[in-house]
Amino acid sequence: MGIAKNDIVLEIKNLNFYYGELQALININLEIKRNTITSIIGPSGCGKSTMLRCINRMNELIDDTRTEGEIFYDGRNIFDSDVDPVKLRRKIGMVFQQPNPFPKNIFDNVAYGPKMYGTRNRQKLREIVEISLKKAALWDEVKDRLLDKSLSLSGGQQQRLCIARTLAVEPDIILMDEPASSLDPIATMRIEQLLREVTDDYTIIIVTNNMQQASRISEYTAFINAKERRSGFLVEYGRTQDLFIKPQMKQTEDYISGRFG
Amino acid sequence: MSNNLTKRGFEFISENAIKTFFLLCAIVSVVTTIGIVLVLLIETTNFFREVSLKEFFLGFRWNPTIKPTSFGVWPLLSGTLYFTFITALIALPVGLLSAVYLSEYSGRKIRSIIKPALEILAGIPTVVYGYFALVYITPLLRNLLPGIKTFNILSASIVVAIMIIPTVASISEDAIRAVPQSFRLAGLSLGITKFQVTASIILPASLSGILSSFILGLSRAIGETMAVTIAGGNLARLVNPLKPAEALLEPMQTMTAAMVEIGLSDITGNSTAYKSLFAVGFTLFLMTLTLNMVSQFIKNRYREKYK
Amino acid sequence: MNQAKLEKRAMLNQESFLSSKNDNIKSEWIKGRIFLLICIVSILFGILSLAALLIYVFWDALGWLNWQFITSTPSRFASKAGIFPMLMGSGFIIMLVALFSLPLGVGTAVYLEEYAPKNLFKKFIEINISNLAGVPSIVYGLLGLGLFVSFLDLTHGTILVGALTLTLRILPVVIVTSQEAIKAVPVSHRRASIGLGTTKWQMIRSVVLPESVPGIMTGMILALAVAMGETAPLIMIGAATSIFTAPRNIHSSFSSLPLQIFAWSDFPGEGFRHGVTPAAIVVLLVILMIMNGAAIYIRHRFSRDKN
Repeated sequence: MGIAKNDIVLEIKNLNFYYGELQALININLEIKRNTITSIIGPSGCGKSTMLRCINRMNELIDDTRTEGEIFYDGRNIFDSDVDPVKLRRKIGMVFQQPNPFPKNIFDNVAYGPKMYGTRNRQKLREIVEISLKKAALWDEVKDRLLDKSLSLSGGQQQRLCIARTLAVEPDIILMDEPASSLDPIATMRIEQLLREVTDDYTIIIVTNNMQQASRISEYTAFINAKERRSGFLVEYGRTQDLFIKPQMKQTEDYISGRFG
Repeated sequence: MSNNLTKRGFEFISENAIKTFFLLCAIVSVVTTIGIVLVLLIETTNFFREVSLKEFFLGFRWNPTIKPTSFGVWPLLSGTLYFTFITALIALPVGLLSAVYLSEYSGRKIRSIIKPALEILAGIPTVVYGYFALVYITPLLRNLLPGIKTFNILSASIVVAIMIIPTVASISEDAIRAVPQSFRLAGLSLGITKFQVTASIILPASLSGILSSFILGLSRAIGETMAVTIAGGNLARLVNPLKPAEALLEPMQTMTAAMVEIGLSDITGNSTAYKSLFAVGFTLFLMTLTLNMVSQFIKNRYREKYK
Repeated sequence: MNQAKLEKRAMLNQESFLSSKNDNIKSEWIKGRIFLLICIVSILFGILSLAALLIYVFWDALGWLNWQFITSTPSRFASKAGIFPMLMGSGFIIMLVALFSLPLGVGTAVYLEEYAPKNLFKKFIEINISNLAGVPSIVYGLLGLGLFVSFLDLTHGTILVGALTLTLRILPVVIVTSQEAIKAVPVSHRRASIGLGTTKWQMIRSVVLPESVPGIMTGMILALAVAMGETAPLIMIGAATSIFTAPRNIHSSFSSLPLQIFAWSDFPGEGFRHGVTPAAIVVLLVILMIMNGAAIYIRHRFSRDKN
């Protein structure tokens, strides 16, 4: 079986999502390509984050919600009744808007996933922690204080720790929900740099409110807009440079030129 | 007539009088505390004029009313500690697991039914629980444990445990709920089960609050009176440390039950037995006060953590 | 990244995604289910036990609970026994407790919320109150005995001494719930009144108290329900466990419903064990149910008016 960069790894088909009566997503269709960074942009409240949380089935944790449609991951519909969402989340990791390290030390944060998966060997865990922290560009800053509380780190460091925690369980796809929105510009630059470095090994889907960020880091961009009552629909999807330089749709052009949003 | 803006006259005086009245109300609670401490202290001092510290704190016989009297507190202390231990063994895990269910598993609807139902447990008077233990639970237990005595510690512990479950559950639940939702989401997003998230992140993060609820539960059990008096029997004797399980089915006397026994007897204000009431009461007061303060201290610490 | 590496990754993905080999999800899932089951059993343990006990006691009371039981005096014969003097004693004492604790409790709450500067003194009073709430009720009995009977030389076992003792017992509850009710009054309402040039007391009287009445009433009723079920403090101040005449004034001796239940709980004879005592318990529980129902009703109406 020939597998290569830019194969379709994730295929979202006719995705509708409801919070009670409110339809938050209307008929989303999207194909995500392997080992690329895809940005999801759009005005706030348009359903970007909701769509992201459909992909690892985190939306199911909210009461009174309903999902329709299909998402194929490596050819398998993730909403099939025999797919275990816990197993799915081992392959599709997530980094959140606010850094949320556990109230444990730095080492235990990164080793947490592998430990829970059943790895008991200390040596093996040490290796995983080192590799993950190196990938997350945090190793040099924390290698001498791995047993310090994670909350002693700065906001930017905490977010990189959360990325390392996600990388440690070797996911296939990483979902990022505005991972840099609570960070200062320097911390943001560091995160963007590290995303570019890990893209050889992972498929990344990143929700961002920052269009410069989308154009700096991603190869593909999807623009989602909201109808009245906050119902999101996909306006345009394509290579980032195409979308930003010659958008096909009037709405996209208005949005990226800052005419609304 | 010119505008009068000075702070004089009837209005001003009555404002101050009212403020003073409210201040006096607030002082009543302080006076109550001082009253408790003074009353206990004075009568306890009087008690120790007649009975040596050695007899009280190192004595192994408690026999306050029938001559020859003897005032060793150990039988009562061991009774109280044993009773509290057995009660805690039931109430603490059950209370904690109830809290976990309420905060992590139950939906809003189920919670809105179960939570008030749980609160009812704490609202039943303890004298009623005592009757339940003596008349319903002990005969029921006799089917399983034929050796059980009419008056026994096990029945009393079971009903008191039922009574303090809501206290443990509600404080633990508050602590568990105070753990930020983001920890749960982070855990689940790593592809681990809800049980793993609960056991490895949520419970450790709320440990201090849970501990505080446990200590408060212990304090409640120590001060519990009527249920032990009615169902636990009134036999002041030491728990055999070598065969602790046997004591479960036997009668015993706690400090509180011993106080009720003296309170019911025809004693006068001058007798040593009367004064011993306050010595035992003081011991009880110090124990519960210490536990309550430790519980408060731990609780305040965890509150600050997630501010 | 080379092609071989990509393919290997993809193969690994497929394998682990489809099979449950090499992972621990299944065993973790089973552990989680068992844990949930234990949680559910825990939360139902107390609720179902109490439900069963209540069914027992109501069943036993059936046939014994009638008008004659309510209106008769105690008797050696189960069939003639009644609870009239105790019912009157409980009613009398609760009314006095309400009379004493309402001004004291609300006054303290008003002082703490409206007048007290936010300094150490206020903090000291609040810590003091929260510690008083944790003092075992039997210790309040000792306070009553030492303070009102021995020191103030009031006659032991009278309505007055009982009411004063129970007032101190429930005061912390009344204060804390009143404080919460007062805190819930929006600051903007207070400012509006002060802005119109009223004095502080006028503002409290016309804005704060009227708006917090439902909350204060709810807390008051719940505290009185606690007083209604108290037994141990009344034993300590020398109240009778059974009495043949209803109290006539505040200096009368009295007995209360819980005290009579205590006295009857170890009476020999089926008629007392499974008849008269359950009937008295049912009367007590019904009174408490009505009080709690009233509190819930007031709270419910209050919260609906707000919306």
